[in-house]
Amino acid sequence: MLDYITSYLGSNTTPGQAGNVFWALVYIMVVFGGISVAVMAMNWLERKALAHFQIRLGPMRVGPHGLLQPIADAIKLMTKEDIIPSEADKFVFWIAPLIILCASFAVYIVVPFGPTHAITDLNIGILFMLGVSSLSVLGVVMAGWASNSHYPLIGALRSSAQMVSYEVAMGMAVVSAILMTSLHGLGAYGVGTGTSGTGTLSMIGIVQAQYEQQVWFLFKFFPLGFIAFGIFAIAMVAETNRAPFDLPEAESELTAGFHTEYSGLRWSLFMLGEYAAMIAVSSIAVTLWLGGWYRPFANALTGDTWDLVFSLFPGFTFLALAVIAFVGVVRMPKHPYFRVQTIGLAGFGIVLGLIGLILFAPPVRDRIQDIFWFVAKVAGFMYLYIWYRATFPRYRFDQLMKVGWKVLLPIGIGVLILTAILGVVL
Amino acid sequence: MSPIGTVHYLVVAAALLILGVIGVLTRRNVVIILMSIELILNAVNLNLVAFSRLWGLHGQVFAIFVITDAAAEAAVGLGILIAFFRNKETVNVDEIDLLKW
Amino acid sequence: MQPIVQPGMQPVATTFFFYFLSGLTLLSGVLVITRKSPVHSALALIFGLLTQAGLYLMLYAPFVAGVQIILYAGGIMVLFLFVIMLVNLERSQKEEQFNKQWLIGLLAAIALGALFIIVYVKGKSFFPVGIPQPIESNNTQQIGVMLYGQYMFAFEIASLLLLVAIIGAVVMAKKRI
Repeated sequence: MLDYITSYLGSNTTPGQAGNVFWALVYIMVVFGGISVAVMAMNWLERKALAHFQIRLGPMRVGPHGLLQPIADAIKLMTKEDIIPSEADKFVFWIAPLIILCASFAVYIVVPFGPTHAITDLNIGILFMLGVSSLSVLGVVMAGWASNSHYPLIGALRSSAQMVSYEVAMGMAVVSAILMTSLHGLGAYGVGTGTSGTGTLSMIGIVQAQYEQQVWFLFKFFPLGFIAFGIFAIAMVAETNRAPFDLPEAESELTAGFHTEYSGLRWSLFMLGEYAAMIAVSSIAVTLWLGGWYRPFANALTGDTWDLVFSLFPGFTFLALAVIAFVGVVRMPKHPYFRVQTIGLAGFGIVLGLIGLILFAPPVRDRIQDIFWFVAKVAGFMYLYIWYRATFPRYRFDQLMKVGWKVLLPIGIGVLILTAILGVVL
Repeated sequence: MSPIGTVHYLVVAAALLILGVIGVLTRRNVVIILMSIELILNAVNLNLVAFSRLWGLHGQVFAIFVITDAAAEAAVGLGILIAFFRNKETVNVDEIDLLKW
Repeated sequence: MQPIVQPGMQPVATTFFFYFLSGLTLLSGVLVITRKSPVHSALALIFGLLTQAGLYLMLYAPFVAGVQIILYAGGIMVLFLFVIMLVNLERSQKEEQFNKQWLIGLLAAIALGALFIIVYVKGKSFFPVGIPQPIESNNTQQIGVMLYGQYMFAFEIASLLLLVAIIGAVVMAKKRI
């Protein structure tokens, strides 16, 4: 038993490929815990960032600068009364949020946090991710239907029509990125003979192809990679029903759309599923176009000194966060009512600083590189989501469908054809 | 237990096909009849993919074509259902008898 | 059928997973044909399609499994659910569910099953015995080569078929042509 556990530690594949069930379960629990914490952090960040965009402060009371607000929200949602509409189909009403949750979380099996830091590496990785994330449409439709009232039904029909439409555009963009994995040649236009590229659908293979072609697919065949990335970035916002495409669930439009009749813990499952889906499609975008877990300039600036410089980034990031926390401590009002908050924020700053110092230690520094760069890129996308919500007005539903079918899909097909032509010619 | 062979998959496919045939022959609701037809197509697909283990990838390619066909047929069948429902307000097959004498 | 294992697709507890997945598939098939509410039948069918994708994975056909999840469970069943919601089926759920000739239908299906058993038992010797093929690690690439090489004509006809189906569905469901 013990050598079953330790036999994996020396290998250089993912636990799923090595067939090691124990480590696969460990990775699954780590990813599940990490995503749940990330969803809570995202909730806090959204409220604070939106507030600062609108020149107000956001939650400030619950913890220092509202840091404990997500916990208070979770307790509130868990203690609310669970209301089921009278004629609603109880089984379907119960299972709809579970389907969305399971579909959003099952995607993380193939998300690559590093060359061996994934739960498994299916050789149909990207196909699996697209397919399973399209199962959440079923949950939306069933949630709207089971609520037995017309606002949720219309909201569910609109939301699922939108999600299905933008999945097509997403698919076109993804296929043009997959085409690029089969190219030889180095650099942005792939001239010359480089590695022999074998096209692959596996997520780790796509990132490796970007490393071997020495260019992020964002810059490949410029501007084609850029346009494909843009199509995916727009389609992924529409796919997860976020602003500016959030007509089906905006509160001023359809009284919260398909999750109107859900209260308390069931509604929090919807929110959890939505944020998890946001992180999942962001990680698809990072893997396909932004070079996955590789640090910036992984091929251009090589050598031990550059590796050292870039490996100091995680520690400095956490130290910078600790400095911001201490600045907040200094600026706290000097009133006895604020003593607990000041102590809490100082403690939080000390914890961040300690994490930063740990990340400077050489053994940790080498291992944390891949995960840090991947998470940093995904965090950038999360901030973009919040920025979009604060900045853009909402699309009307027919405008939304027109953009999906008449603008994004033709551009996607055009990019695909041009990428294929350039790939054959060059 | 004996190791899982091709016969095991064929038995599962045959059982699914018989369940689909029972669904088509005994239910009154058109939507459920269409879903039973999808069950039959799935049984055929399972058969094809099980045999492609022994005889090469042709079975899997054929299975992909069958799935494409199933999509087209479901779309047209449901379109017909909507058109008929608009006329007669029922989804029971034994009430669709406008051409009877 | 002992598979020749290559790194990348290790079999883990094959017997358990086969009986588990096929049991769930058959259970969902029974639920599809016996539920009163079409939405419950659709849910059971979705579940059956997903477990069948698992069976395809056990048969070392990952691309077909992926296509099954995307197209069948994520596309066709969404279409079914849309239509079930548009067609208001409240009244039909209170009526008789099985039609008048259910016994004859059941007997015909049993006869079909008996036919299958007889064909297998008596006719197995007529067909050549197949040899399990080596498991390839680039299943998708090989299917792509076949689709665009040997089956190119069928591929193009399938795309025409889909075009006809799109136009047909739109024409059938429009209020005024």
